[in-house]
Amino acid sequence: MHYADYILLIPLLPLAAFLLLGLAGRNRLRKSAGLIASVLMLVSCTLALYAAWRYFFVDGLVDGVYRQIVPVRYNWLIFSPGLSVDMGILLDPISVMMLVVVTFVSLMVHIFSLGYMKGEERFTTYYAFLSLFTFSMLGLVAASNILETYIFWELVGLSSYLLIGFYYDRPAAVSAAKKAFIVTRFADLGFLIGILILAFQAGTLDFNTLIARLTDAGSPQFAGITAASFLGISLLGWALGLVFIGGAGKSAMFPLHIWLPDAMEGPTPVSALIHAATMVVAGVYLVARLFPVFSMDPPVLQIVTWVGALSAAFAAIVACTQTDIKKVLAFSTMSQIGYMMFALGVARQGGEAGLGYTASLFHLFTHAFFKSLLFLCAGSIIHVVHSNELKEMGGLRKRMPFTHIAFLIGCLAIAGIPPFSGFFSKEEILLAAWRSNALVYGIGLVVSAITAFYMFRLYFSIFWHESRIPDRNDGSHSAGEALSSPEGGLEGSPGMKFSLVVLSAGALLAGLVPFSRFIVPDERPHDSHTPLSFSILPVSLALGAILLAGWLYRRGNDRAEKLKIGLGRLYQVVYQKFYIDEAYIFITKKIVFPLVGRPAAWVDKHIIDGLMNGLALIVAKVAWLIRGIQSGRLQQYMLYFFAGAFGLVLLFVYYFNHLHT
Amino acid sequence: MNLSLLILLPFLTSLALLVCKGDKPVRLVAAAGSFLQVGACVVLLCLYWKERASGNTAEMLFQNDPVWYAPLGIHYHTGVDGISVAMLLLTSLIVFAGVLVSWNLKMLSKEFFFLLLLLSAGAYGFFVSLDLFTMFFFLEMAVIPKFLLIGIWGSSTATSKEYAATKLVLMLMGGSALVFVGLAGIYFQAGAGRGMHSFDLLQIARMNIPVETQKWIFPFIFIGFGVFAALFPFHTWVPDGHSSAPTAASMFLAGISMKLGGYGCLRVATYLLPAAAHYYSGVIVLLSAIAILYGAFATMMQTDLKYINAYSSVSHCGFVLLGIGMLTQTSINGAVLQMVSHGLMTALFFACIGMIYDRTHTRAVAKLGGLLKMMPFLSTAFVLAGLCSLGLPGLSGFVAELTVFMGSWQRVDAFYRWATIAACGSIVVTAVYILRAVGQTIMGGGGSAVRDQAGALKDAAWNERLAIAILVIGIVVIGVAPFWLNGLIAPAGESIMLRVVGAAH
Repeated sequence: MHYADYILLIPLLPLAAFLLLGLAGRNRLRKSAGLIASVLMLVSCTLALYAAWRYFFVDGLVDGVYRQIVPVRYNWLIFSPGLSVDMGILLDPISVMMLVVVTFVSLMVHIFSLGYMKGEERFTTYYAFLSLFTFSMLGLVAASNILETYIFWELVGLSSYLLIGFYYDRPAAVSAAKKAFIVTRFADLGFLIGILILAFQAGTLDFNTLIARLTDAGSPQFAGITAASFLGISLLGWALGLVFIGGAGKSAMFPLHIWLPDAMEGPTPVSALIHAATMVVAGVYLVARLFPVFSMDPPVLQIVTWVGALSAAFAAIVACTQTDIKKVLAFSTMSQIGYMMFALGVARQGGEAGLGYTASLFHLFTHAFFKSLLFLCAGSIIHVVHSNELKEMGGLRKRMPFTHIAFLIGCLAIAGIPPFSGFFSKEEILLAAWRSNALVYGIGLVVSAITAFYMFRLYFSIFWHESRIPDRNDGSHSAGEALSSPEGGLEGSPGMKFSLVVLSAGALLAGLVPFSRFIVPDERPHDSHTPLSFSILPVSLALGAILLAGWLYRRGNDRAEKLKIGLGRLYQVVYQKFYIDEAYIFITKKIVFPLVGRPAAWVDKHIIDGLMNGLALIVAKVAWLIRGIQSGRLQQYMLYFFAGAFGLVLLFVYYFNHLHT
Repeated sequence: MNLSLLILLPFLTSLALLVCKGDKPVRLVAAAGSFLQVGACVVLLCLYWKERASGNTAEMLFQNDPVWYAPLGIHYHTGVDGISVAMLLLTSLIVFAGVLVSWNLKMLSKEFFFLLLLLSAGAYGFFVSLDLFTMFFFLEMAVIPKFLLIGIWGSSTATSKEYAATKLVLMLMGGSALVFVGLAGIYFQAGAGRGMHSFDLLQIARMNIPVETQKWIFPFIFIGFGVFAALFPFHTWVPDGHSSAPTAASMFLAGISMKLGGYGCLRVATYLLPAAAHYYSGVIVLLSAIAILYGAFATMMQTDLKYINAYSSVSHCGFVLLGIGMLTQTSINGAVLQMVSHGLMTALFFACIGMIYDRTHTRAVAKLGGLLKMMPFLSTAFVLAGLCSLGLPGLSGFVAELTVFMGSWQRVDAFYRWATIAACGSIVVTAVYILRAVGQTIMGGGGSAVRDQAGALKDAAWNERLAIAILVIGIVVIGVAPFWLNGLIAPAGESIMLRVVGAAH
């Protein structure tokens, strides 16, 4: 089959599911909604796998270079000659890889949700939103035009908003959804202006043409964009920096990360899909998509590197103190995306220098499996415990042996223990960092140890540490009662188990993919090896961190509590996420609203409108003053009339004379 | 196609209403008339396309030019280009939807529909006129009935409806007075020295008015029409007027009336006085950039749903004027797209707000909440209107705003670039106020006004669903497939641009 014959079906099938379920409303199709969406998703996923097989193993590689294929393209909106939005699908190694990741994880989440969301009042709506998200995300990754990317970029933001706010009667969910949308919107403003600059300077919105023009040092477009500068930074630097702000917002990079922990208000499978595996890595994908252009401007790559490294470290430190299982996972996601970002930042174009690029997308790939696995396990656990709080959990090892193993696999993968998938991708990232910047390598190394620590803190607190299960029997939400419920299958429905098994397999095996044979920045695949000796240090640090976590959290003891007290103020600062949220609240509540919004409204009401009213008042006053003229007395009118006529005659005579002399 | 039909049909419908008795026949006649008008506009669109496809490249199609009052050279000259066709279609959709949402009006329904259709006849006439005097005549026709609509059927909130009606009509009349001065200026100056005076748009376009003359006429016309289009700082009629008007009148006001201004700024001011348009470009851009941001910030502080939408209209109409002021082909296209998009979107918004008010008897955001639970259809429509307002791709607002941004960026001077960036900044502020409004009214637990009458809250009835469906389909069709609308208006924008470019050299 030609790509053109079926490639459109990959995004359109989820769209069809969205339209069908969305128009059906919340009552119709209530029983079958999940099944319909899942089946369509299965077909879409199968097609994506087929396309990937075709691309990577049959016809993608021509003369040792992965070619770019645009099987479909439609004219959508023409701004001016050359500058148009074309809706198309671009197949190249990264987009094909992403198609697989998105459809696959989405399928698993669809199946998992069949059990997890069962009995939900808005079950149909849930699947409609899930399908909308999948459609938008597929559009984003397959876009052939930078504005097409932006369009789907906004649409994934909407889906994320709708799903975070799915439980719309909870105020926390509503405000979290709003926060996520607004923070990412703010970042998107950067993206938009970046697009405006790129489009104007390159004279095109098409990715291929844009990249070709802006990477060719001899092209007039490249000369134009590098010659012009503002505040000492070239226009290219501005454009890429602004685009990166958009990416950083979506990918929850510091300091635009504040929405991600709150986004955990959404249903847990949603967190697995959107806020762990796919949407949040869109920023990484965006930088990767434009990587050839980024590589023309090393200072911007420096920014990418440092934002990534800082986010990785920041999030890992905060994750150590959080007590909500989903928030720990959220910060760990942010931290892992930080890895992907700095890996991109240290990469350069060509051969071995492109290792960071390969490693970044490799980590994106493996992370999608193990992080969605971890989130779905968390979902299973929350399903049973009815709480997100670690202190309500403990000792689940025996009651949920299945979830226990799956979660352990996920933890080992993210901690970078061989032979789990995370090990391979993380080693590559560290190697890339080592080769280019020792400081970044150091940060990466330490963060990887912290990662192992907080993940196993989570693991031991949930599955070991028996004593924490409270012996309470007050209220229906206490953990003890939920655990003793006689519902039998604590581990959830077969569908939920199935998803966990498949994703566990992914988390185990995804690392074996020889990534540099598929994804390299210059599309010339080669073999790459990480020396074994290089891995000794990170792995032993991770093992040490795991032992430390075990020592602190495996059994009930007061070591962790003592440590917390010992750290005192410092612990509080970290626990409060370095007060970044408070800083934002200060800016919005104390500066934007009272110092911009309120004055604008006040000025409008009192000054500008007052001016208009004043004008009306003057007219009324004048009218009042001169109303005496209209007295109704005929004689007076006659007087006015003759006076006026006389005046006119005088005027006329004057002008007549004036004109003729 | 005889364009007079488009004026005659609503006019005859309104006359037919006068002989109807009882609410039922009245609304049936009004609905039938406005529905036929939609049909007529669709036919016009098809004929227009057919004509263009067959290679007719005349600037204006379906022209008709009988003399109206010979001594002053006033003609009843009508004709349409792509922009007018788009505006006509927009008007017909909004009027039809407006009739539908007023379906259960009990008080003086005959008079209400009569005035509404009279207003629409004025708007249709305005959009097809190619004679400045005729255009002005129809403009006035589309203003005066508003006074009665607001004064009689309106509601008093923060301000009394009488105050709002007076203010609105006086300001709009003031605007049209300025327009008239400008038109008189054109009339006397265009043919000066050639012994001929003309109101004819196309004729005047062929005569080149001296630049100095253009410079003094332009402000009158632009500000005059600008008052209609909420040009800063002449926008203050918008919040009070929109908020006090009955639902259908709000829809008309924001959906169409404000577009009369935008259309006039483009068709009369920019088209006839291109050199002056260049000269004042910076001022227009400055004022509209202020309107966009300042309107958005002012919206953020509003607590009444109608005021929220009214202030947001100030912000959104700023994009229309920004697009016109930027004077690039793309930005002018964007301005027209924004006119159509904002018309549909704001009509949808007002329709939803009206329906919410009918049920809950409040528009205060703080008293509402959790409507999604009780009225899923209506709430979904409200959310869609909000998403269109914040420029979500897939809905019309995005297409329009993006086109304006793209066009504006083509002006390379630093000043224009900063104005564009400022305008772009509004997408964040818009998101803030829309999501606040949606979060507090549609989502959440349920406010005081809703709890009191939870049982009495019914979702949209058939007529309301139909009205909503028409407008939603409109914004979705444009949002998903903008190429047809863009293809319709781009050639018309191009002929305006040709004059602008010609004047620049």
